[in-house]
Amino acid sequence: MSPKALNSSASVADLRVSLGDLKLKNPIMTASGTFGYGQEFVPYMNIHRLGAVVVKGISLFPRSGNPPPRIVETPCGMLNAIGLENVGVERFISEKIPALQAINVPVVVNILGDTVQEYSEITKRLADVEGIAAIEVNISCPNVKKGGVAFGSVPKMAEAVTKAVKENISVPVFVKLSPNVTDITEIGRAVEDGGADAVSLINTLIGMAIDHRTRRPVLANVFGGLSGPAIKPVAIRMVNLVAQAVSIPVIGIGGIETTEDVIEFLLAGATAVQLGTANFVNPRASEEAVEGLTQYVIDEKLLSVRELIGGLVLS
Amino acid sequence: MSQIQEKTEIVRIERLTDDVIRITIDAPEIAMSALPGQFVMIRMGNSSDPLLRRPFSISQTSNAGHIQILFKVVGRGTRYLAHCREGEYISVLGPLGQGFKIDMEKTSCLIGGGMGIAPLLFLGKRIRQKGLKVDPIVILGARTRAELLPLLTDFEQLDLKVHAATDDGSLGHHGLVTDVFKTIDPGPDCMTYVCGPKMMMAAVHLYCKKMEYSCQVSVETAMACGMGACLGCIVPAASGGYVHACSDGPVFDAEEIVWEI
Repeated sequence: MSPKALNSSASVADLRVSLGDLKLKNPIMTASGTFGYGQEFVPYMNIHRLGAVVVKGISLFPRSGNPPPRIVETPCGMLNAIGLENVGVERFISEKIPALQAINVPVVVNILGDTVQEYSEITKRLADVEGIAAIEVNISCPNVKKGGVAFGSVPKMAEAVTKAVKENISVPVFVKLSPNVTDITEIGRAVEDGGADAVSLINTLIGMAIDHRTRRPVLANVFGGLSGPAIKPVAIRMVNLVAQAVSIPVIGIGGIETTEDVIEFLLAGATAVQLGTANFVNPRASEEAVEGLTQYVIDEKLLSVRELIGGLVLS
Repeated sequence: MSQIQEKTEIVRIERLTDDVIRITIDAPEIAMSALPGQFVMIRMGNSSDPLLRRPFSISQTSNAGHIQILFKVVGRGTRYLAHCREGEYISVLGPLGQGFKIDMEKTSCLIGGGMGIAPLLFLGKRIRQKGLKVDPIVILGARTRAELLPLLTDFEQLDLKVHAATDDGSLGHHGLVTDVFKTIDPGPDCMTYVCGPKMMMAAVHLYCKKMEYSCQVSVETAMACGMGACLGCIVPAASGGYVHACSDGPVFDAEEIVWEI
């Protein structure tokens, strides 16, 4: 086949997937907290080619985040304790949403709060805002003292938060799960019961780094969330477990860098994926994954990318 | 916006001392748009370990489309770069951040310590090109003569007189750059451009405050992305909260930030 023929067939490769009522042109998304508010990546790539963009987690009021140092590199990964620094929902609506709309890509808004009440309020504030394709509820940030993580580890609370968001908005609601729990399938089922349209997993694994010279923790927050290729095997297993435990779509996250990684997560049972830390290393990583997956669907003569979902061959 | 990700060839590697290395990279697009004080993020090969890019100030650009960086081998990233060979390709992202704001009205005073001297060379060159009326004052410090001499020579090639200071007294003043600075009278209208160890920058800033000189500093922090996405590279802000070294800086008016020492 000539390169030209390849290109023309590339445009007809079927990469579409559905997350509840949200139809995506391909399953490649960016993970919250790794892609800013989208604008930061405009110089490097064609953002409109992505399935969707998930923005940095938004709270009711602006947060300045944790003191430095906030990040440290670890083998094949990094620990972060950003502490949910964000501009707050009002500035997000007035400044960030219009800029994102200009890019013409579905925008998933990641939200967080300290109480169920806060989750309801922020959802109500976003309910009438144009240009939001879906909500992703962060019940799993490991880097703040209260709220977040408790919702992610107690099934009843996870369900309650999901309900509070679901009741107040009409767009699909995804819930982002923490891996720092005894049984992630239990939380997955709880948020499904709460009405979630999809679950995204995993958030970072809690870790710690010590500087042997100073005998102190490297991060000011002491603990941080581990991300990057180091966590990929853990993430694939959890995606596989949750995909079998729930009947809503799973969005796979955790150390995805390449097209091969994307395919592996789809085979494990993910309907879509998010690239996170990879964006820091290669700002074009997500666009390259779209290109790679397109080529793979063509080369393997798949009718659609959906053939891969849960296609893991056992024994 | 002019930032890009370039696949670039290493055209020259110079070992200035046992652990100080200067690398010249063929990066025409970055060289064309870079400003003094801006930096690049360099990927350490294609492996996942080390995973993150490393930030480097641009120490020079050339009309031939080259950029130069200067570094000391201190960890895994710099060790990787130190072992690269001429002709190898590396991925460079840049130019990033806010550089120095050159004040044409004031007497320029460039104060650099150790590897912090790197961006000041680019700045000195640009100030020379702009043709300020008064020659910039340059004060450079390092641990030893061996470390300082090759860096000092670059400034002398720009026909700039350099005041030197070394920790061991093997070249110039035996002691700190701030000692030297205090013996010089730049006149009341002085813009100080500083890059070096945090303690040094804080000391220079303190003296500038006392003398009512303006002071710009180029800070260094841990950094994952270099483009404002990870929010990892914060510096406490004088107005409360934080500023980001990669996107608000790395060059700040020293009054904007708080020194945590």
